[in-house]
Parts: sequence; structure tokens; C-alpha cells
Amino acid sequence: MAPVLALEGVSKRFGAVQALSDVSLEVNSGEVLALVGDNGAGKSTMIKVIAGVGPPDEGEIRWQGRPVTIHSPSEAQSLGIATVYQDLALCDNLDVVGNLFLGNEIRRLGVLDEVAMEKRSRDLLNTLSIKIPSVRIPVASLSGGQRQTVAISRSLLGEPKVVLLDEPTAALGVEQTAQVLDLVERLRAQGLGVILISHNMVDVKAVADRIAVLRLGRNNGVFDARSTTQEEIIAAITGATDNAVSRRRARSEEGE
Amino acid sequence: MTQEKPAGPAGEAQVDPRLLVREEGFAGYLGEFRRRIKGGELGPLPVIVGLVVIWLVFQTLNDRFLSPQNLSNLSVDIVATGLISVGIVFVLLLGEIDLSAGAVSGACAAVLAVLSVGQGWDPLLSMVVAVAVGGAMGLFHGFFFAKIGVPSFVVTLAGMLAWTGFQLWVLGPNGTINLPDGLISNLTDTYFAYVIAAYGLAAAATAGFLLVSLVGNARRRAAGVPSRTVGDIVFRTAVLAVVAFGVAYVLNLYRGLPLALLIFLAVVIVTDFVLRRTKYGRSIFAVGGNIEAARRAGINVAFIRMSVFAISGAFAALGGIFAASRISSASQATGQSNVLMMAIAAAVIGGTSLFGGRGSTYSALLGMLVIQSIASGMALQGVSNAIQFIVTGAVLLAAVVIDSVSRRSQKASGRA
Ligand SMILES: Nc1ncnc2c1ncn2[C@@H]1O[C@H](COP(=O)(O)OP(=O)(O)OP(=O)(O)O)[C@@H](O)[C@H]1O
Ligand SMILES: [Mg+2]
Repeated sequence: MAPVLALEGVSKRFGAVQALSDVSLEVNSGEVLALVGDNGAGKSTMIKVIAGVGPPDEGEIRWQGRPVTIHSPSEAQSLGIATVYQDLALCDNLDVVGNLFLGNEIRRLGVLDEVAMEKRSRDLLNTLSIKIPSVRIPVASLSGGQRQTVAISRSLLGEPKVVLLDEPTAALGVEQTAQVLDLVERLRAQGLGVILISHNMVDVKAVADRIAVLRLGRNNGVFDARSTTQEEIIAAITGATDNAVSRRRARSEEGE
Repeated sequence: MTQEKPAGPAGEAQVDPRLLVREEGFAGYLGEFRRRIKGGELGPLPVIVGLVVIWLVFQTLNDRFLSPQNLSNLSVDIVATGLISVGIVFVLLLGEIDLSAGAVSGACAAVLAVLSVGQGWDPLLSMVVAVAVGGAMGLFHGFFFAKIGVPSFVVTLAGMLAWTGFQLWVLGPNGTINLPDGLISNLTDTYFAYVIAAYGLAAAATAGFLLVSLVGNARRRAAGVPSRTVGDIVFRTAVLAVVAFGVAYVLNLYRGLPLALLIFLAVVIVTDFVLRRTKYGRSIFAVGGNIEAARRAGINVAFIRMSVFAISGAFAALGGIFAASRISSASQATGQSNVLMMAIAAAVIGGTSLFGGRGSTYSALLGMLVIQSIASGMALQGVSNAIQFIVTGAVLLAAVVIDSVSRRSQKASGRA
């Protein structure tokens, strides 16, 4: 079966910066693909290409085997691509239901159908086993992890096939990171393709099936998460021959 | 239905142990109350407590304060500035401010007087045009704010000056235009003296509330989402009934139900409905809460902003019409002096946040009741204008402090 989403030979330039050059990537249904790389490696740029925020200069995107162009976020959404950006952009003053349905409110005779929205929210959160105190409290009173799960749930209302998560655990504590990773696993169990960006190798090893490494805007290998050690991935991220650790060793040897 | 238990909070199978469900009965209310205080969701509570205290104090000082005549006058005196305040609530929900509302109300009152008296237009048509002019003035502010990016307080400050000049120019050298008896002055001088009017309205409000609650609750139960208990609904309806019939009783002891109050209440109820139950209202809250989130959700932020300023202008004009009606004239003083400050103070005292995203048009009603009660009580005591200003300022400060503190405790109890 063709991967649900595949990118081939994608390049993207910002003025003098070649943010992506000839990058390829593919994700299957029911798979978590981790996208890792150092700061400025081009991960967020890659997400923006897929989400339709910053279309590529060159390269091909294939959706379920079929070549497509994605010029706007709404085109990405209608294909079935949902994106959760690092800054969650939730409305603190609205309750969970209000945030989940913001911009896509269910209406009855022109009036907001709070009952239907609340029911769908509860159903959605239940199928994802998301625990929040109440769907009727303002999201301001939720913890960081709960806010992250609300943001992810919000992206699932459109019943996407691929979910892009840009550093979903970056600001979270141990317990809350676990909550979000649990959620990522449940998305996979429901047959979605997940692209997960993270700087945390432990998280990546914990949930990812495959790990794609970007380095200076280029592919630097795709690894199987189970059979690869953390050190090997870090070597790929930093460049095996030229990384901080080996430079340090070299320095200390010179010094002797 | 074959559920083992009704889908009340206690009957849910998949309940998270930490779920915040209210216990039944009085203990439940107390628990929720405590949680709200801690979370900074005070709602209209401080203002209602404050109002009761104010009334008790002034009544002990002077037993004419709670007389039917004084209360009836109070209920008409709040209308003009209260209508302006309704528009201010919309703007505050965006987290913005409209400093032009007083000037717009005065300018539109002048337009109304010139059209209906000077040009001999039909009074109803003159009123419609005056409100439309107010809306256009607001739209003008909104355009510069939303499309050009000028801070709202600067645009509306400019508007305040310009529209005040416009008002003086429209009124001409005399500076005052008296309104003859007729539709316009009747707005604030019509009372439905039949006892049945006030009681009928109270009964209709109570019955309507009960019906809406029961139907809504039935739908919630059918959908399997948490619903209120019957006792809860009965309690709320009873509270409403006591207030509604109490007000009707007092009004009937004097001249009956004032038309102006009826219009004001209708405006408050309709605008509250628009804000809470329509997509447009939800969008206003979203823009006031997090503009980036609103934009990403596909909300047309510029449209929301411009329309809200237009609404504020239109309500300012409506308030100006009632202000002119109350004294049967439009003058250079209409909408000037402290009208703007009172309208903003009322919204904030009533519980609408200055920081955007929290509030309701009921705060215009509650806040005006507080302000006008203080004014009326002190007038009865023969307190000087100077002291009145100082006291009202202190009340406004107290309201803003409550707003800021509750916002802080919301933050504290929020993102852990
Ligand atoms: N809008 C832009 N204009 C100019 N340069 C950009 C723009 N967006 C990204 N870049 C550049 O492209 C490169 C890749 O950036 P990108 O944000 O994709 O990195 P990243 O892998 O997400 O890094 P991080 O881990 O820090 O989030 C960087 O050199 C960055 O400076
Ligand atoms: Mg990034």
C-alpha cells in the first residue's frame, strides 16, 4: 500500500537560506514518524510545507499515492492533514467545548447548539481517553499537558488521516509528557499517520516507529526506532564525524 | 431509555474521579461557590452584594430611598447611560476601549433634534437615522483601528473631539433644541399603568425562563450530557420570580412599568443572547481571548472588530436619544461631562473585564444600578457633586481591583 503521505525532493529557500534541499519523507497510516534534527535543521519548515503554510519551491507531495499541491492551510485540512503548532493558540477565556469547535461551531436554527457540541466533545475526549476535569471549564484552568491534549483533540474534529505535531512535549513535565505520548499512541492505534517533531530522544524512542533525521536542511537517514540506539541517532543529528562530543575529545587529546 | 440511572452527574459510568461535578443540594452550591472564588470566576456576585449593601446603607440614612417613586425614577434614569454601556461592553469584550461613546451619543442626539424639530422629519425616521449615524461613526473608528492599525484608544479619542465639534456645529448658535411632546419625549415618559402590564411581564419572564430551562435540560438528558437537577431549576426559577415580581410590585406602587426600562431590558436580553448563543458572539469572545487562535480558526478578525465598533456607536446613539428624551431637549451638554466615564464604569463595575474576553451585557444593567443608586442616594442626602464624583470613582477603582485580582487568581489557579 502506498504511504498516506509522501514527499520527494522537496526544496525550500528563504532568501539566502536554503532551509530544505532535496528532502524526502513518507509516513504510513498507523505509524508514528519522528522528525528530529538540530535547531534550524528545517523541521518546522517541513511541517509548514505539508500544512500548506509555506509551499515548497521544488519537489512533489503525494497523498495516498496521488500527486497533489497544497497551497493553503484549508487545502491541507480538506485533504485530511491536521496540524498542531507549537504555540497552541487556544482561547483561555473559552471553555473546552468552545475551543474545540471554534470556527466550526455546530448550529441549530442559527443558534449555537451547545448540547450537540458538548456531546461530541465528550465522545471525542472519551475515545481518546483524555481526562480533563470538565469540558465546561475555561482552558485557562487546565494544565499544560491538558491544554496540549485539547489542542490535539481540536485538530481531530475534522477526522484527519495525518496529524502533524510540532514539539508537543517541549514545555511539559514528566507526567504531562506521558499523557501526550499516550495520546500519540492512541492516534496511531486508530490508524492515523503521525509526524512528531521533538528534541527529546527519550520521547522519540518511546513512541516513534521510524525516526527521520534532518541535518542542515537535508535528509540524514531514516532509522528504525527499535533497532537503533540513542547514540546513533544523536550522531546522525549532529553529523557523526563532526559533532560536539568528538570535537571535545579531539581537543582534549590535543591538549595532552 | 434503558439506562440504569438517569444521566445525572452521579450516573455517569466513565467519570474521571477528579471530575468537577457539583454535589446535589446546598452543600453542592457551597462547594462550587468556593471553587469559583478560588478560581477567580466571580461573575456578577460582587456587584450584587455591593448593590444590596448600597441599598441598605442609603435606606437606613433616608427611608425615602427605597420608596416606589425613587426606585421607579432610578429605573428610568439608568436607561440612557445604560444603553451606551451596552455598546461599551461589546468593545471591552474585544479588550479595546471606546472613548468616543459620550460624544457620539451627544452628536446623534443633536442630529435627532435637528432632523425632527428643525427639518420637521417624522420622529421615528429621525431616530432611525440618528442610530444609523452613530453606527457609521463607530464603523469609522473601527476601520482605522482594524484596517490601519491605529490603537483603539487613540482613534476614539480623536473621535471624541471631532464628534463633539460636530455636535456643536449641528446644534448651531442656540446650542439647545427643545423636543416637543411626542414620540421622542414619550420614550422616557410612558408608563404602563395597568397593574397587569408589570405583573404580566414578570410572569412571562418567569414562565419563559422555566420553559427554556426545562426544554434545554430535556435535550441535554436525551443527549446524555450532564444536566441540571429539577431542584436546581426550580431554585433558579424561584429566584428569578421573586426578583421579577418584586420589581413589578414596586413599579406598580408608583406609575407602573416604564417603557424605557422595558426597552433597556429587552436590549440587554437580546444582546446577551447574541453574545452567548450565536457564532458571531462566540467570535467576539475568541478575538478578545486570543487573536491568533481566532485567526487560525478562520474568524475574520477585521470584520469582527469593525462591526463591534459600529455596534458601540449605534448603542451610543440610542443612549443619546434616551438622554435627550429624558430632558426633552438636545443640547451642547448632552453626552458630555461624565457620561462616557459612567458608561465605562458601569460595564466594569457590572463585571465585564477590561482585559477582554470576559463579561456580559447584564453588567451594563447591574453596573448602572450601582452607579445610579449611589447618585440618587447621595442626592437624597444632599451630598455635594464633588463627593459624588469621589465616591463613584472609588467604586470604579474597587471594581477594577476586583477584576485585576480575579484575573490574577485565574492565572494562578490556571496553568499549573
Ligand atoms: N520565514 C523565514 N524566513 C527566513 N528564514 C527562515 C524562515 N523560516 C525558517 N527560516 C530558516 O530556515 C532554517 C530552518 O528553520 P526551521 O524553523 O525549519 O528549523 P527547525 O528545525 O524547526 O529548528 P528548531 O528546532 O529550532 O525549531 C533556519 O536557518 C531558519 O533561519
Ligand atoms: Mg521548529
